[in-house]
Amino acid sequence: MNTNDRLAEILAVHRGREGALLPILHDVQAAFGHVPEDVYQPIADALRLGRAEVAGVVSFYHDFRAQPAGRHVIKLCRAEACQSMGGSDLIARLEAALGMKLGETKGDITLEAVYCLGLCACGPAAQVDGQLIGRASAARLEALVAEVTA
Amino acid sequence: MKIWVPGDAAAKACGADEVAAAIASAAGLRGREVTIIRNGTRGMVWLEPLVEIEVDGARHGFGPMTPEDVPALFEDGTHPKALGPVEEIPFFARQSRLTFARCGRSDPLSLADYEAAEGWQGLRRALEIGGSATIEEITASGLRGRGGAGFPTGIKWKTVADADAAQKYIVCNADEGDSGSFADRMLMEGDPFCLIEGMAIAALAVGATKGFVYIRSEYPDAIRVFEGAIANARDANIIGPALLGQGPRFDLEVRVGAGAYICGEETSLLNSLEGKRGMVRAKPPLPALEGAFGKPTVMNNVLSLAAVPWIMAHGGPAYADYGLGRSRGTIPIQIAGNVAHGGLFETGFGLTLGELVNDIGGGTASGRPFKAVQVGGPLGAYHSDEDFDLPVCYEAFAEQGGLVGHAGFVVHDESADMLALARYAMEFCAIESCGKCTPCRIGAVRGMETLDRIAAGDEQAIALLQDLCEIMEKGSLCAMGGFTPYPVRSAIRLFPDEFTPVREAAE
Repeated sequence: MNTNDRLAEILAVHRGREGALLPILHDVQAAFGHVPEDVYQPIADALRLGRAEVAGVVSFYHDFRAQPAGRHVIKLCRAEACQSMGGSDLIARLEAALGMKLGETKGDITLEAVYCLGLCACGPAAQVDGQLIGRASAARLEALVAEVTA
Repeated sequence: MKIWVPGDAAAKACGADEVAAAIASAAGLRGREVTIIRNGTRGMVWLEPLVEIEVDGARHGFGPMTPEDVPALFEDGTHPKALGPVEEIPFFARQSRLTFARCGRSDPLSLADYEAAEGWQGLRRALEIGGSATIEEITASGLRGRGGAGFPTGIKWKTVADADAAQKYIVCNADEGDSGSFADRMLMEGDPFCLIEGMAIAALAVGATKGFVYIRSEYPDAIRVFEGAIANARDANIIGPALLGQGPRFDLEVRVGAGAYICGEETSLLNSLEGKRGMVRAKPPLPALEGAFGKPTVMNNVLSLAAVPWIMAHGGPAYADYGLGRSRGTIPIQIAGNVAHGGLFETGFGLTLGELVNDIGGGTASGRPFKAVQVGGPLGAYHSDEDFDLPVCYEAFAEQGGLVGHAGFVVHDESADMLALARYAMEFCAIESCGKCTPCRIGAVRGMETLDRIAAGDEQAIALLQDLCEIMEKGSLCAMGGFTPYPVRSAIRLFPDEFTPVREAAE
């Protein structure tokens, strides 16, 4: 199915819904891995908005990606509760091990910050391809990354 | 044989799924008939995965479990991870679990279990006594907004009830972005029908027919469980065309956030719900009068709405019997960070900070000396042991230049770098500011830069930072810019030495 057909399908599902833009953008990202610029105009037309309004919403929210992420996404929590359990050190060690910084995509892997996963009593916390990890250690995360990318 | 293994996100993050799989396979090997129930969590997160087995009518706990600990569950003798009857563990036994009474006891999606544990009693009573008597009951309970602002819930509801409009909404703020907070998540994953019931009662009280639950995207488990609960409640005709099959229409919908902390601010959340950038709105107009889609809207936190079924079932005065001063009822405290016994502790207001950190929390997880505790999320102040006599209630913390907020308590041991934490507070504000007002948008960036100057040894920059904090506090449109100075200033006040670096002797 091409992009236009899939987009038309998504727009049809949400037709008439109150405040449909965020649900539409979530579905677009789930379908395409990111929110490509060429969907702005059709979405704007469907919701009777300006293209700039759609672009403004996409750019406001951290979740919506302008480029697809790597096949594997590793999120490391930077928030205070995880910092208190050595989260900053964990981030530094994983950055060194993977040879990349938070916010970068290298090959198959995207490494990024997350601001709280609600695992504040079992930090430091991480998420590897959707799987939540509490009491995370660099060794455990490196092993897990090796496992999923193998 | 019934075995409970929590399906809560924190339990899963600590390996609950692997433990459940190990139990199934160990039972299979031994030919034992075992029913595994994925319950919510009891909130004793340091014991997760906390497995429970019924012995002589009492549920005994085992934890923290690993798959290697599983075979011994099926063998004679005392299990090395045995904790005894789970509700007799002091951390649990000392609580007053009203809002979280059911959480962790059963399968969160079982309507039969919910019904058997006082479920829908509050809603039934609300249907009997009607909207205005329901609001009187909530007012009598003294319930105040548990999201952090502490606004009296009864007054908010009355404002919406008195508004004349063809369409009104109930919006539940489940955008729990504060570090150190996980009570909303725990409740939605562990007892979602309780929130549905609270929202239904609110709808009945104010005459709303539609509710939205705005859940942050970082909570996929909460979204999944809560959507499942809505579907089950709808299928059982509890919500939908007629509440409990006899009342007015009320339906619910989950909306998922998109990674913006600011959307926890109520007006920003409303814009987001409407499909816009999550920009803060100036108040007035109050959301109670012009909220979602411009219609009168009850906007409450998960914990406020989840307190409502108990209040309606037991009466407002019974709830108000708990608490201290003008902070009535119970507060689900979340003990987090570098703490030995981290988890959810629901208790009447009035417990002191020292009791919380040392007696309940058991001191630091690292065993190193305690240094500071940040209360109320990233916008809350740091407190040292000088404040250990401070009772947990809205007024006492406000007087100390802090806030209780959503009652997340993040403990730090002596290794905490207060300058780095102060800089992080500014950085977080810079990342998450919606950009509408200048003190927040620009101030946070300047705050980071100024803290970098302080770190580099520029002592004059401290006065500049204090000045900036005052402008942010007094000039920002909402709590994001307005309260970011709290952690910064409290860190400087408590640990001034860390902000006046000793210069290296000139070579």
